[in-house]
Amino acid sequence: MAQQKKTMNDKKKADRLTYILFLTPAVLAFTLVIAIPFFQGIYYSFTDWDGISKAAPKFVGLINYIDAFKDSRFLYSAQVTLIFGIINFVLVNIVAFGLALLVSSKLKGRDIYRAGFFLPNLIGGIVLGYIWQFIYNSVFPTFPSAWFKTNLFLVNPKLSVWALAITSTWQYAGYIMLIYYTALQNVPNDLLESASLDGATWWQRLTKIIMPMIAPTFTITLFLTLSNSFKQFDVVLSLTNGGPSMLYGGKAINATELLAVNIYNTASVQNNMAIAQAKAVLFFIALAVISFIQTSMTRRKEIES
Amino acid sequence: MSKRKFWALIGELAAILLFLVYVSPLILVLFNSSKTSGQIILNPISAPSDWGLLWKNIQSVFGNTVVNYGGAFKSSLIITFGSLVFIILFSSMAAWVIVRNKSKFSNFIYYCFIAMMVVPFQVVMYPLVSWFKKMSDVVTIPLFGFSLLRSYPGAIFAYIGFGISMSVFMYCGFIKGIPYEIEEAATIDGCSKVQVFNRIILPMLKPITVTVSILNGIWIWNDFLLPLLILGKGNTIQTIPLTVSNFVGSYVKQWDMILTSTLLAIIPVLIFFLIAQKNIIKGMSEGAVKS
Repeated sequence: MAQQKKTMNDKKKADRLTYILFLTPAVLAFTLVIAIPFFQGIYYSFTDWDGISKAAPKFVGLINYIDAFKDSRFLYSAQVTLIFGIINFVLVNIVAFGLALLVSSKLKGRDIYRAGFFLPNLIGGIVLGYIWQFIYNSVFPTFPSAWFKTNLFLVNPKLSVWALAITSTWQYAGYIMLIYYTALQNVPNDLLESASLDGATWWQRLTKIIMPMIAPTFTITLFLTLSNSFKQFDVVLSLTNGGPSMLYGGKAINATELLAVNIYNTASVQNNMAIAQAKAVLFFIALAVISFIQTSMTRRKEIES
Repeated sequence: MSKRKFWALIGELAAILLFLVYVSPLILVLFNSSKTSGQIILNPISAPSDWGLLWKNIQSVFGNTVVNYGGAFKSSLIITFGSLVFIILFSSMAAWVIVRNKSKFSNFIYYCFIAMMVVPFQVVMYPLVSWFKKMSDVVTIPLFGFSLLRSYPGAIFAYIGFGISMSVFMYCGFIKGIPYEIEEAATIDGCSKVQVFNRIILPMLKPITVTVSILNGIWIWNDFLLPLLILGKGNTIQTIPLTVSNFVGSYVKQWDMILTSTLLAIIPVLIFFLIAQKNIIKGMSEGAVKS
């Protein structure tokens, strides 16, 4: 009896040891790479941190945040990020859902189409940005309409936001398409067939059967596209580099300098590390709030339907 | 019936048209990589008259002294595969013990991983660089003789940290679906915990491992900002996106060179896609649904 108890205890000890051993590498990497820099980052945003000096940064209160809100470039950046984010969010989802309907139909070449629509997703934003810079600058003006010759996408501030949205939709829609596609595969075919025998039109089947049935998928895709839209960086850097410049409240600013790029420029170009850190914290809070609102809204819809 | 056929035809035509529009940017890259700068300005949408120019352009990109494409390819391979091995190993191990040991502490760790998925890279990136500098000075240089900045171990370590949250999350979802009875049976047969993991769990994780590898692999291979900050400019270790960006920076509007360099960046990805297309599409769609 005592013997048995002892082996039980040994086993428990061994189990605990495995638990710790198996958890440690992941927790350690996570702590050292994300958790510590995250809390440091929040702290630095309240100091005069310069990114390099070894002396401890001095606490300065809310000055960096006040400076951030005084910066008209940053305010414009927040505004254009919101505009771009909404355009991109809507565009990606409409295109992706449309493509998913197309490749889950009975078309002959659907596998090839699916591969083609997905392909841009494998290519990095930096590389895609350069390719599309060429397309907007050199290919678009050759289109047989005078409009394309007088309205250059990367020169006109309003159009350049659309240029970004088109490019990032081209890149991202294929991935979201795959998610919609997988969900559409799970909609039972006999249900759709019997509905169509009962005289339901294509549109009715789509809105009354298909879309409610894949509601949980919308929670995922909307979350993914929303955060992707607001976090765009690579494509902006290589496609427009924030430009073209325009006037905003009497000051020259960059028309497509999205928040992620503005933060990068504040730190890496203007060398204002602490202000960049404050902007990054604000960016994080805004993203968290928007994502939270969006998921709770779609979750509610999911339950209702 | 004929009405249905008519719509099927319209659908097929629309699909082909959309497909062409979708791949046309890539076709244009190929076309214009086989032209001279002057030819591109003259007509950027025509097929090239002399495909031999493609080879010549590729040679000039490789011959450029500013960048080293061969070296960049090697660096990208080392960083991507090095990171993947550790991400897969560490996150599957962690996920397994988190799922199988239900406790407050396990839950806490799990929610820490999830919570950090919302944090944008911008909040962490600059503190990370200075923190890596500190860790290098105090720990890695005196103990192991390498710095975490401008080095492979540093880049790989950073990717492990950033990749682990989502990967643990995906492995947890998958492991929850594996019946515990299998493990119990193995334990009764005398397997230790480590053996259970190596011999039973790890082989069963293959489908989700494919998904985790593809999602992380695409991200790491194409990532720009992290290697820019961790590896730095002017380093001999440069990934492909960094190299393309450096190369383009040295050629203002010389589209023959720029497009050839993007073509060279696309080719490895394209070959990989053609070989593993089925796995990639399956892995991407399944992974997304689980997360």
